[in-house]
Amino acid sequence: MSATTLSAASAVPGPAKDLRVSEALGRSRHRRNMIVKVLCLAATGIGLLFLASILATLVWRGMAGISLTVFTTSTLPPGSNGGLLNAIVGSLIQTMIGAAIGTPIGLMVGTYLAEYARDSTLGNAVRFVSDVLLSAPSILIGLFVYQLVVNPFNGFSAIAGCLALAVIVIPIVVRTTEDMLRLIPATLREAVIGLGAPKWKMITLVCYRAAREGIMTGVLLAIARVAGETAPLLFTSLGNLNWSTDLTKPMASLPVTIYQYAGSAFQDWIDLAWAGALLITLGVLAINIIARLVLRRGV
Amino acid sequence: MSVTTHQSPGLGGLKTSPTEDLNTAKIAIRGLDFFYGDNRALKGIALDFPNRQVTGLIGPSGCGKSTLLRVLNRMYDLYPGQRATGEAMMDGINLIGPDVDVNALRARIGMVFQKPTPFPMTIYDNIAFGVKLHEKLSKAEMDERVEWCLTRSALWGEAKDRLHTSAMGLSGGQQQRLCIARTIAVRPEVILLDEPTSALDPISTLKIEELIDELKSDFTIAIVTHNMQQAARCADQVAFFYLGEMVECAPAAQLFTAPREKRTQEYVTGRFG
Repeated sequence: MSATTLSAASAVPGPAKDLRVSEALGRSRHRRNMIVKVLCLAATGIGLLFLASILATLVWRGMAGISLTVFTTSTLPPGSNGGLLNAIVGSLIQTMIGAAIGTPIGLMVGTYLAEYARDSTLGNAVRFVSDVLLSAPSILIGLFVYQLVVNPFNGFSAIAGCLALAVIVIPIVVRTTEDMLRLIPATLREAVIGLGAPKWKMITLVCYRAAREGIMTGVLLAIARVAGETAPLLFTSLGNLNWSTDLTKPMASLPVTIYQYAGSAFQDWIDLAWAGALLITLGVLAINIIARLVLRRGV
Repeated sequence: MSVTTHQSPGLGGLKTSPTEDLNTAKIAIRGLDFFYGDNRALKGIALDFPNRQVTGLIGPSGCGKSTLLRVLNRMYDLYPGQRATGEAMMDGINLIGPDVDVNALRARIGMVFQKPTPFPMTIYDNIAFGVKLHEKLSKAEMDERVEWCLTRSALWGEAKDRLHTSAMGLSGGQQQRLCIARTIAVRPEVILLDEPTSALDPISTLKIEELIDELKSDFTIAIVTHNMQQAARCADQVAFFYLGEMVECAPAAQLFTAPREKRTQEYVTGRFG
């Protein structure tokens, strides 16, 4: 509104508008805007600096350790030119099985929360517990599975590791599934119901389809998260210096191998730890990019 | 408009036979009350929807027009705390009775909403979805049904080459005609239209209005509208609602030119609402 139209409205209460006051107010607003802008930029800069430094170190040291033998040879004693094959395969197996166990459970819980228990007491309780689980330290989840599986069955095993990862996957998938289903407008639901569809068909045939991209993104992010988890595997699949794909035996994984190698005294193991760290980072980055592409294609 | 009465052979006869008297009430409402929690949104409604005619429902926002439609196909069942009492008889059954199979009821009383609501799937699947809920058809029969209802809803020409592309890619007006096609594909007896053109441009609105006129030869139609010209153009009889009451129901020409009630007159002449 320009000043003239305002003064034309003679009914406006208070003293006449003083242009000097409004100019002074404008200047002070401008000043504050500049200060906050500079602070924000500085904070962003600091954050990016750390990130860039981590990535640069990772790439620099990781590239030094990467060679073909990393992918073709299993871990070997120091000085015998070992690789990370068993750890890479172990990570893939445990991550995939963990996600395969956790995703359907998380999907069903999320569906229950969004479609059947929006405001019920049980729903609120489940939602609260799931959110607590989402932020629980992952080492606790490792200890939980240790007590539940490793101790009673008398031994570390890959399947215990898978279960621990599944427990981490579940609350992530629950949250994204519920959020994505809740985003579906009531009008779309009513349109499905209005055709005479029972509720379960509405959910499985229309709602899941409408929320597909969002739910898939959640699953991918959950996979990215557990691919880098170390703590829950320390107490469950333990790690294995030899090649093993037996789910009932301890199994190697990249994060645990990094943990063991990085703290060792041997330069070739330390180099392999850097290579492993770079591989995980690239893998997680790839999953994140895929997740973004999935999301973009959907909308 | 190339809207021909395209009755495909696989369809069988519509459930209402053409010999039925046009003046018999398809749905007869008596003493209908509706509650959103403790709030009584409809008060003792008595209204007939004559067979294969268009009944327009007009009135200011919040007067209960849309609520009435949502009662007739039991949409309110979705929401706890909403309930209806009284009578809404169709073919000897009280629609709001406790023993009604609501999914079968909704197949007989279809609804089209204010905002187009295409399902996130292909145009073909949007239509097949509803049909599959109630009938088992072969691929050929389904193809025929899809063509039939798209033709009836004046969308066949625009959609026939893109049946297997996403319905989300259609324009708003096309989406709304798809929603109508989807509704008539399950061959209901009654179609409820809840402000079907309020989100559409004038050309699309015109197409939908022509469509309504075309569809009433086979279906009993109820249309809620804020547009009185639209009610005058489309409806055979018009009911005026105000604050949860049905004030007056009369043939369209009479209600707009010589209303019996003062409140109706004030509304249709733009005094309030």
